[in-house]
Amino acid sequence: MTPSRVAASGSVLLLALTAACSAGSGTSDGTATTGAGGKVGTSLTVGLVAEPVSLDFTTKDGAAIPQALLDNVYETLVKVDQSGELQPALASAWRVSEDQKTYTFDLVQGAKFTNGRPFTAKDAAFSINRVKSDWTVSLKSAMDVVAAAKAVSDTQLEVTLAKPSNNWLYKMSTRVGAMMTEQGVADLAAKPVGTGPYVFTEWRRGDSISFAANPDYWGTKPFFQDVTLKYFKDPSALNNALLTGTIDVIGTVQAPESLQQFEGNDRFEITEGTTNGEVLLSFNNGKAPMNDLKVRQAVRHAIDHRALLDTCWAGRGTLIGSMVPPTDPWYEDLTGLYPYDLAKAKALVAETGVASTALRLRLPSLPYATSCGQVVKSQLEQAGFTVDLDQLEFPAVWLSTVFTDADYDMSIVAHVEPRDLAAVFGNPDYYTRYDNKQLQADLAAADAGTVDQQVDLMKKAARELSEDAAGDFLFLLPNLMVAEKGITGLPKNAITESFRLADLSRG
Amino acid sequence: MLLHLVRRTAVLLASLAVSSALVFGFMVLLPGDPARVALGVNASEEAVGRLRTEFGLDRPIVEQYVSWVSGLLRLDLGRSYVSQVEIAPQILDRLQVTLWLVGCAMVLAVVVAVPVGTLMALHHRRVSGLVLSAVAQVGVAVPAFLAGILLITVFAVRLGWLPANGWTPPNEDPVQFLRQLVLPGLSLGLVQGAVLTRYVRSSVLDVQREDYIRTARAKGLGPFRALWRHGFRNAAIPVVTVLALQLSTLLIGAVVVERVFVIPGLGSLLLDQVSNRDLVFVQDIVMLLVLAVLLVNFVVDVLYVVIDPRLRVGRP
Repeated sequence: MTPSRVAASGSVLLLALTAACSAGSGTSDGTATTGAGGKVGTSLTVGLVAEPVSLDFTTKDGAAIPQALLDNVYETLVKVDQSGELQPALASAWRVSEDQKTYTFDLVQGAKFTNGRPFTAKDAAFSINRVKSDWTVSLKSAMDVVAAAKAVSDTQLEVTLAKPSNNWLYKMSTRVGAMMTEQGVADLAAKPVGTGPYVFTEWRRGDSISFAANPDYWGTKPFFQDVTLKYFKDPSALNNALLTGTIDVIGTVQAPESLQQFEGNDRFEITEGTTNGEVLLSFNNGKAPMNDLKVRQAVRHAIDHRALLDTCWAGRGTLIGSMVPPTDPWYEDLTGLYPYDLAKAKALVAETGVASTALRLRLPSLPYATSCGQVVKSQLEQAGFTVDLDQLEFPAVWLSTVFTDADYDMSIVAHVEPRDLAAVFGNPDYYTRYDNKQLQADLAAADAGTVDQQVDLMKKAARELSEDAAGDFLFLLPNLMVAEKGITGLPKNAITESFRLADLSRG
Repeated sequence: MLLHLVRRTAVLLASLAVSSALVFGFMVLLPGDPARVALGVNASEEAVGRLRTEFGLDRPIVEQYVSWVSGLLRLDLGRSYVSQVEIAPQILDRLQVTLWLVGCAMVLAVVVAVPVGTLMALHHRRVSGLVLSAVAQVGVAVPAFLAGILLITVFAVRLGWLPANGWTPPNEDPVQFLRQLVLPGLSLGLVQGAVLTRYVRSSVLDVQREDYIRTARAKGLGPFRALWRHGFRNAAIPVVTVLALQLSTLLIGAVVVERVFVIPGLGSLLLDQVSNRDLVFVQDIVMLLVLAVLLVNFVVDVLYVVIDPRLRVGRP
């Protein structure tokens, strides 16, 4: 064999390899593959970011578990709609007693668990009581206020609270309110049993979770018979999966600047709404220099929020002036309280003499924190601050340094839990170290009062918090979704713990 | 030969013992509290403390190390801190995926490197040889993840020939399996192939200058036949060594390539568990990788003797 023939045989091998690849792809037009045979209208694949560590949210924390299971496999007595209002779900109606301590729920008829057992008030009482007895996650404290839950009849449930609590009914729409059955809790991590429109079918760890439509569902039957939630750690891999037809929907866009590649493409549709994720520039209110109101005010005046949002999150998102998203009943536009005012910020910096101390801005290694951190640093430095920026690996290092030890002056993190004003600023031991007795009293009164009083008092608390500059509310994370054209029913606002699959359809 | 085997085995065992201590030590040094990471921001200090006790994180470090190693010796890899699921089946599951990927990349690297490297050596004074060298040099400089991103952009997103990412087990849908394996296999294999090509080239060049090749040519054999009959076996020794060393590079490359192509292999498992601070899980995976690399080196040491009979006679 001569050298040229060696070369020839080498390239033949390469050609054969390439041919093998293209032969496989010749059968597909590149728009839909086996993973997403959505064209027949029976199956759908949704791309998401965080994969659950377990299927059991009674013992494992993390938003990914209820995102997959709540409202799909498990249902609650009440649910939150797209405008933040409570609506009937497994309870068709409910009444609150005069003293606001007794709740009576009328349950729907015909609901069935996927193990074949009917859903009754006994199951509802069992589920509520089990939160106190068997759950281990810290969220279980939402049920501490329950004195007794008992079945009056098969379709009527009575819950007595130790003290009036508006938050309790709201919490019943979250995972702690998930309705389970005594015969279905033996293996929650592998076999979730609920009354929902979907049945859990398979979990491929590191890849995807699949559901099939529940044939015995009591409510409106879902459109898609098979739904797969597929998990992507890498934002560009998620985008590519939609571009090449591996998935039909991007459930959460992680890199808003990447939306450009979908804009103006008539294969896709972009949905933009709000979330509960307040991106907070948190202050360590417990120690100098951030325990000085004037320093905190200087920081708030030094930040140009619109410019910041444009630079670090491609202008997507909502400006908020306090710890309240627009979908909460007590939302008020408070962005005017601390307008961008460089001169004022400079004067306050000079007055406090804070310029001589370097503020430690310690960021978690998360995309929004990293990109916003740079902008915050440069804006603060324009006002005369000295800022030391460092990055801490999230979650491990950030949790131990900032969250547990409060060894920081400022940080940036999105607080994504719904209605979390009280959790973040009402507890002086929390990492914000914010100890405001008046605010704590208002929050307690809001929980105990009537619904109207709650709205008024929460408005007051949100304003107080903002005026006292307990933190700076950079912006509210947007809910960004991209879907193949024709897919309808996507939850525009991501303001619940779940990703409702039953509303999805292909027009 | 036997003495050689015994010595090599002793080295293997000693290396394993030292690396287990190192792996464990580095995990202890990692900042962050595994119990806090497992429970998240809402958990109370008491709950975190309880979990630390449950994990055994409050025991003396030496005791933790001994219990981990004795578990490994009994093939008991323990349970995950985070999910409480047995670790061994999960690692096996992911290992199968990674083996396909690494195997495919390895084969591809050899298939590319041997002919191209030989050609480069035979043409080393011609323009074609120089061009090939330059191309290989570029291949060496490109990291596997960048190759992956470029391949995805061209073949998946622009041309739509192949899926951009994902994984299907071969027994489920062999065609889809192959289609999804092509791009990650190429991005990992071509880069390794480029590295290997350079070794094949220099190795072949070396043997080309040997007396026995000159003698073979003098007998009337053509340059390639002389190399085929007498040269390849000798040229293979350094190449096999490099190939074995590359296995560890491939395994590390797989960590990144799996992330880019969303492949549920050992690499993505490792990254997830590091971020979860699932320490025992991380230790187990790293130990497995160490074991794989050490075993390959061991086999290569033994293989030298098989390939080159001269080593059998002399002292090992």
